[in-house]
Amino acid sequence: MRFDRIEEKLEILADAAKYDVSCSSSGSKRSNKNKGLGNSDGMGICHSYTPDGRCVSLLKILLTNHCIFDCAYCVTRRSNDIKRAAFKVQEVVDLTINFYRRNYIEGLFLSSGIFKNADFTMERLIQVAKKLRLEENFNGYIHLKSIPGASDELMREAGLYADRLSVNIEIPTVSGLKKLAPEKDHSDFIKPMKKVKNEIIQYNSEKKLIKSTPKYAPAGQSTQMIVGASGESDREIMLSANYYYKNYNMKRVYYSGYVPISNDPRLPSLGSQVPMLRENRLYQTDWLMRFYGFDVNELLNQQFPNLDVEVDPKLSWALRNQHQFPVDVNSAEKEMLLRIPGVGLKSVHKILQARKFRKLNYDHLKAIGVALNRARYFIICDGRGWEKQDLSASRIKSLILRNSAGKFRKEYSSQLSLF
Amino acid sequence: MNSPKCLLYDGTFKGLLTCIFVAFDEKLEVNNILAPGIHKTDIFAENIEVITDETKAKRVWHGFQKFANHRSQNAVYYAYLSELPKIELDILRYFQHTFKSKANIHGDFTNKHVLKIAQTAKKVGREKHRMEAFVRFQLTKDKIYFANIEPDFNVLPLIEKHFTSRYSDQQWIIYDLKRKFGLYYDLQKAQIIQINFSKNLSLSEEKTRIFDTSEIEFQKLWKKYFEATTIESRINTRLHIQHVPKRYWRYLSEKNPLHK
Repeated sequence: MRFDRIEEKLEILADAAKYDVSCSSSGSKRSNKNKGLGNSDGMGICHSYTPDGRCVSLLKILLTNHCIFDCAYCVTRRSNDIKRAAFKVQEVVDLTINFYRRNYIEGLFLSSGIFKNADFTMERLIQVAKKLRLEENFNGYIHLKSIPGASDELMREAGLYADRLSVNIEIPTVSGLKKLAPEKDHSDFIKPMKKVKNEIIQYNSEKKLIKSTPKYAPAGQSTQMIVGASGESDREIMLSANYYYKNYNMKRVYYSGYVPISNDPRLPSLGSQVPMLRENRLYQTDWLMRFYGFDVNELLNQQFPNLDVEVDPKLSWALRNQHQFPVDVNSAEKEMLLRIPGVGLKSVHKILQARKFRKLNYDHLKAIGVALNRARYFIICDGRGWEKQDLSASRIKSLILRNSAGKFRKEYSSQLSLF
Repeated sequence: MNSPKCLLYDGTFKGLLTCIFVAFDEKLEVNNILAPGIHKTDIFAENIEVITDETKAKRVWHGFQKFANHRSQNAVYYAYLSELPKIELDILRYFQHTFKSKANIHGDFTNKHVLKIAQTAKKVGREKHRMEAFVRFQLTKDKIYFANIEPDFNVLPLIEKHFTSRYSDQQWIIYDLKRKFGLYYDLQKAQIIQINFSKNLSLSEEKTRIFDTSEIEFQKLWKKYFEATTIESRINTRLHIQHVPKRYWRYLSEKNPLHK
């Protein structure tokens, strides 16, 4: 291996891949067979975290940053004057194996700029995955990017070696995409997504009959949307996310606050803030939809098209729906416990177990890990009535804000500090 | 006879189970159980030295298994590995509570001992997971992948399975510097080893003598990758440290200046 050359390429091609936020390495069921290398049958592991706080679990690189497209929001766009590089297939294989053996990573996340055409690029990505699986007997995690417009045959082959496939939708609305990436067609994104979805459905039904059916993308597919590049409301973003969850069985939709990278007048200018708080609220909404039984329309609708930045979306929902409270912690159904602000999935689980033994009071809830500073306005439990029933929503909100320290507080506290 | 007793045991899990057996058998009121090297705080309690006895330990464990499910059993073992002061006493209370209720008590979080055991087990589980993440192997000239660790809790017994099944085609050693023992996997199975390190291990000539010539190059690549993947405009040191506490940094090659 020519280490100096590799180092140069790695720097360029890791830098270009870093805006892809997906880092998940879980959800696959590939175990180590015949004393091969690696497994990805358990939970994912974050082997390190970058100084920006994001997890590093996969070697996330582009095969090349040469690209025939010129999408305004992308660093590797054709018109951008940057250093270009390309890995050879074998170089990516060697890097992956050597990093994996040292326990640096869970596997490979390989994406690419589009050179020549979609199929040519997709073919190269598949070559890497195939070599890793067949020649190196590698059972670690492989995430391949589905190149928009790639043919069905290639998508079929990709799923045989990869654990996860993803196409980044990038711009949540069709009109936004037209504006920022006029050369790309929305249907090109959908095509590989649809193929992968159908293959997974087919695999699952064949698996029931024939046990040895070769695995197809066992960790499913995911996508990503840029937030704050083309002026969508939170509602538009989450409706779009909901659409992909429902219609394409997405395992995950990622939200990526737009990091300004160009002076293009269609986009937020260089030096403007990355909307990290907004991104955080969108993820919270995503979780409420997937794990807490909320419908997207309860959280975001025509009347409330954007999320409240000051408080989390569940609290914000509860404040608008005070008639559903208080909830009696000792008798309420699980579905309703999940809707109490300050009570997470784990607390709900513990409450359900612990209340079999005795009635729970404030101290018990606190020991269990419930955030009482928020929950107290919405619950009744043993030994304590519901004292806060006469408080208005805005009063409760200001009490909660005053008695807690949010990590993003400094970003919106300028008005509050006057009082 | 009714004065509180302090049991001294050898620090092994079987030893602790023997203590629990003795406490039941002789109806002792126990207010402390101590491993070697830990000094007691209550000077009035009478010391009793308990000799580890496999049969007694097994009887207690089997009795416990009758009521406790897999979760409870794991929680107790994990809590024991925490080596936290006084955790033995919580384990004893956990057993007493189980035998008294004749039921699995894992969910009874309003009992402070049950909650303590559950929370401690959680901490140990977290440390186990961290070690699975933060171990950084270095390839030696003998083609053995070698890593040092210094975990807060004694998690080496817990991570054996993970590393054996993941790296089944390479030889590796994970060595706990704090507790002075390690695991060596020889392509067949993992076994416990002890190493006498030479004093100059930290010197760079010593390192070049031991480690493969490509080793430093891969560390460089990894560090380069780590730096390139950071987004400057999103730097969030608080979050970074929350995920990778500083005490682990010395073993992470990406967080350190390279030797040589």
